[in-house]
Order: sequence, then C-alpha cells, then structure tokens
Amino acid sequence: MRRLRVLIPVVLLAASISLMALEASAETAGKGAAASSPSKLSAPGRAPESAGRRLFVQGCSSCHGYDAEGVKGAGPSLVGVGEEAADFYLRTGRMPLDRPGEEPIRTPSPYTPAQIRALVAYVGDLGGPPIPEVNPEDGDLAEGQKLFTENCAGCHQVVGRGGIMPGAVVPDLAAANALDVAEAVKVGPYVMPSFDQLDQSEIDDIAAYVGYIHHPEDKGGWGIGHIGPIPEGMVAWLLAGVALLFTIRLIGERTTR
Amino acid sequence: MTRGGLIARVVATLGGLGGLRRHRENAQAELHQISGPANRKFDAVRSGEVAVRGNERARLAEEVPPPELDETPDPRAELWVALLLIAAAIAFAGFVVFYVVSEDTHLLGLSLGLGLVLAGVAAALAGKRVVIQEKTTDEYTDYGDREERREVANHLVEGKVGVTRRKLLFSSLAAVGAALGAATVVPVASLGPRVGEKVYETPWSAGKKVVDERGEPIALDTLSPGEFITGFPEGASKEEIGSALMIVRLETDELELPADRADSAPGGYVAYSKICTHAGCAVSLFRYPTFDETQPGPALVCPCHYSTFNPADGGKVLFGPAGRPLPQLPLRAGADGSLEAAGGFYEPIGPSYGGIREGPEKAPL
Repeated sequence: MRRLRVLIPVVLLAASISLMALEASAETAGKGAAASSPSKLSAPGRAPESAGRRLFVQGCSSCHGYDAEGVKGAGPSLVGVGEEAADFYLRTGRMPLDRPGEEPIRTPSPYTPAQIRALVAYVGDLGGPPIPEVNPEDGDLAEGQKLFTENCAGCHQVVGRGGIMPGAVVPDLAAANALDVAEAVKVGPYVMPSFDQLDQSEIDDIAAYVGYIHHPEDKGGWGIGHIGPIPEGMVAWLLAGVALLFTIRLIGERTTR
Repeated sequence: MTRGGLIARVVATLGGLGGLRRHRENAQAELHQISGPANRKFDAVRSGEVAVRGNERARLAEEVPPPELDETPDPRAELWVALLLIAAAIAFAGFVVFYVVSEDTHLLGLSLGLGLVLAGVAAALAGKRVVIQEKTTDEYTDYGDREERREVANHLVEGKVGVTRRKLLFSSLAAVGAALGAATVVPVASLGPRVGEKVYETPWSAGKKVVDERGEPIALDTLSPGEFITGFPEGASKEEIGSALMIVRLETDELELPADRADSAPGGYVAYSKICTHAGCAVSLFRYPTFDETQPGPALVCPCHYSTFNPADGGKVLFGPAGRPLPQLPLRAGADGSLEAAGGFYEPIGPSYGGIREGPEKAPL
C-alpha cells in the first residue's frame, strides 16, 4: 500500500505530461490545417465548416456560386477579390442584393459586425488583397482636393455629393468614412473604375479630403446644399429678381387713377 | 455764397460748358432764390422793378399763392447725375480698354456691370430729382395783368436754370452713350480672324510622348485593365483644346476597334480627346463594370449632357446628344516602353459645327 501511495503522484505526473504533449500536437495539427485552409474550404465537406462559410452558403451562394466560383448572368466569382472587396460591399450594406443586376447602394447591413467579419474572413481565405490601410490624419488636404478633382469629381462632384451616370447612380460620399474611400478606390465597385495607380500617400490625401467635405468650410457663407452651380445660379436669379423688384418700386411711382 | 451756388460753380467748372458759363451770372442770383425754401419767392429777381414796386408786390404775394412745386430742380442732384453719368462713361470706356489689354473676362463683366449700374442710378435720380414736376393750382384770371406775367416770367427763369444745366447732363449722357456704344461694338473684333485649318491642328503628332498630370511618362504597366488616367502631350500647353486625353486601359479581348485602327491600342490602352464632340465639355466620367454580364459596359461619359462614348469601339456614340464619335488618338509603345502618339487624331477634335458633323450612329445604351 505504501508503494502504491508513492506511485499515485508519479502516475498523475506522467498523465499530465502526456496530456500536455497531446494538446501541443493537436495545436500544431490545427495550425497546419489553417495554413492549408483555402484548398480545404474550396472543397466543402472535408474541413469543418467555419461560421463565414455557413453564412456564405446561406446568403451569397445563390448568385456567387456554392464555392464562390460565380454564377453566369447572376454574380461574379469571388475567388481572388480578397477581404478588401468583401469588407467594402458587406460593411456598407451594398451586399447582399435583392436580385442580381441591381445597382448595389449603401443600406444598413442585415448582418451583424461579427457575421460580416466571418464572411470577410471566408472570402479573404479564397485569396486576394487584405483590407487596406488608410491614415487620413497623415493626408494632405490640399493635395487631396487636387487628386479628388482630377480622379473622382468627374462623377462624385467636387464636394462629393454624387450624381448620375448613364446606367448608374453615383453615390453621395457624405456617409463614406476613410476606410470606405480606400477600399472603393482600390476595388472600383459596380461600374466605378479602380484607381490602383494611386499610391498609399495619395489615398491618404483623398481620404483626408473626403473627411473634410462632410462638413466643408463655406467661405462664401451659404453652401446651398453644395450641389453645384445650378442651384447657385437659381438662387442668384431669385435674389437678383427680388433686388430688382425693390429697385423698381423705389424709382417708380404709383399712378393716381 | 450758399451751398447750392457753390455747387453750381463746381458743376460749371467741371463741365466747362459755354452755355452754363454764359448764364452763370444770372443763375447765381436766381439760385440764391431757389435753393433755400426761405428765399423761394418769385418776385425778388428783377431787383430794379422790385425796388419800385415793393409795396405792390408784397400785397400781391398775399393774394396770389405761389404755384405749388412738387419738386424743385435740385442743383446737387444735377451734379450727382452728371457725376454718375461721367463715372458710367468711364466704366464703359474701361470695358473697351480691358478688352484690348487684358484676357480676363471678369474685368469685362465688372466694368460693363458697373457702368450699367451707374447709368441706371443716374437715370433714376434724374427722373426723381432733376426733371421738374409741378402741379400748378392757380388760375389764370387775367392775361394782361403785369404781376401774373411776372410770375410766368419767373417760372421761365426757373426752368432756364434747369435748361442751362441740361447741357452738362446731356453731354454726360452723350458720353455714356458713346462709351456704351463702343463697349458694344468692340467685341465684334472677337469674330475674326478666320479659323481655317487651325481646328485640325493639335499638339499631337507621331512620336509625341504622353505624360500624366505631373509630367511623368505613362508606362505600359501604369494602369491595369479597367483604369483610366488623364494624359497630356509632353512639353505642350495643357490648356490647349487638343492637349488633354482620356486614356483608358481595357482588356485586349474587350476591344472592338475598326480594322484600320487595330494597331492603335498597345496593351489595351486607348486614348481619346477629352473634349466632348457635342458642346466641348471635358469628358471626365469613366464607367467600367465589375461584372459585365449584369452591368452596363465600359463607357466614357461627358458630365454636361451625358453624351456616352464607347472606348472599346473607336469612341462611337452610345447615348446622348453628341453627333459624332469622340476623336481617338492612335497610341504606340515608345522605345523606352512608355506611351507615345502614333499620329494625330483620327477625327477633328472639339465640339461639332458646320462642316464637321457626321450623321449619328446611335446604338442602344
């Protein structure tokens, strides 16, 4: 009995050591699985389904295909678009669409932020660029305005109020944050071209400018909605008309009839 | 000397008009009577007679009420009108000067606008304060009466003060008319000279390097398919109408260029004039689908009236008011691998007019 008593701690020690070793080996095995996950995930059924994969099959696969390979006439392949595009479309509520072919516009997303992260991770695992870095606080506002005028204002209007384009509505940038801007510039969502020729500092500049135009400084006093020269012209005509009316009253005289 | 008299003198000196000077001596005396309400008596002018008939006049002044004047001619107002008119004439003359010496259209607008405002204020002031408006309520009972005749004579004298000033006013008005006329006629010079072949001349010719906004060459790997950039001719003015290019890179299998332009798109790069063929706005919108099966295809769009051109097909009009394709510039890869022009534009650039408008070949959007 005495010898048995001595053995108990020894057995316990051995057991715990072997357990630790088992855990460690399981961990390395898990790492290996994660590293090779794209190939495993693209072959469903073999790997355990991630939350993102489940959500994708549920909400996206009818247009983008069961393995995100795309469906002819409905939705493009998502292999290689990366977290960049997935994060942009999902976070701004542009996806999911009610039906294919519709223009994706900014709406409140039906997914929770955690679900979006899971979906983005799933699409990211299929390959492609990561979510971009953007530091608007490092951007130069004046340079940003120049770049925005050169590249973006044609469609989005110089104060970012949006507009139209044959076949599409150009979104207002009032709700766009710096990350939205950086992603959109790189992705080129819907019929917007991508602007990959812009470098990091230029994207920071543009993001700084888009932050500024949410509340632009109206040196002239009254911005009139910042929607451009046509309302400005109309207001000028109205004001000038009233001024003319007063002038006419001032120099004219009532007839006594 | 009263203020009115002083100002009349200033007016006379300013205008330097014979008419005014000739009457100044009389006018001086009369102005003393007219300018202040206290002195406004009708009979105190002919001093000789006044002395003789002082008593009679006093009696009559009580019996015959003086005519009620709505407004009296105001020498200060006359001076203002004259000054305003002269200022307006100077402003109009300024328009002519700016037209000749300056390119700045702001100056033209400002001088013309200022002149019109000044002339307008002068006209309003003249209508209100210079032209005598009177309502005479007294009745003519006896034509033969001497006092009555004197009153009439006084009225005439009063009027005459205005008449002599008219010369100044009319001279100012004539100056305004002449200056405004000149300002209207001079811009006719802008109608010439004949444009001739100038519209076909652009800074582009074979071998001219394409550079970006910063003057850096555009290499074949600067853009990926589906991206665009604004290009300019190296070393030439960016302001010139033929300079700016809309350079787009498409997938080579997307291109549907006419057979004779097959070599104009190295690596899928196609270049078009940035000036719309409809009204000359800058074609600054580019549309490129993410998923071409459900989204509208690539297009260059003018923001003014939404003329839409197909960059894959030689700039053919897809939609909108433009009557002819967006002029394409053939490109080639230069010795160092960056883009350069392979020749001039295929079509005349700029908005269409007269002879250079082709029949539209419109396709559905």
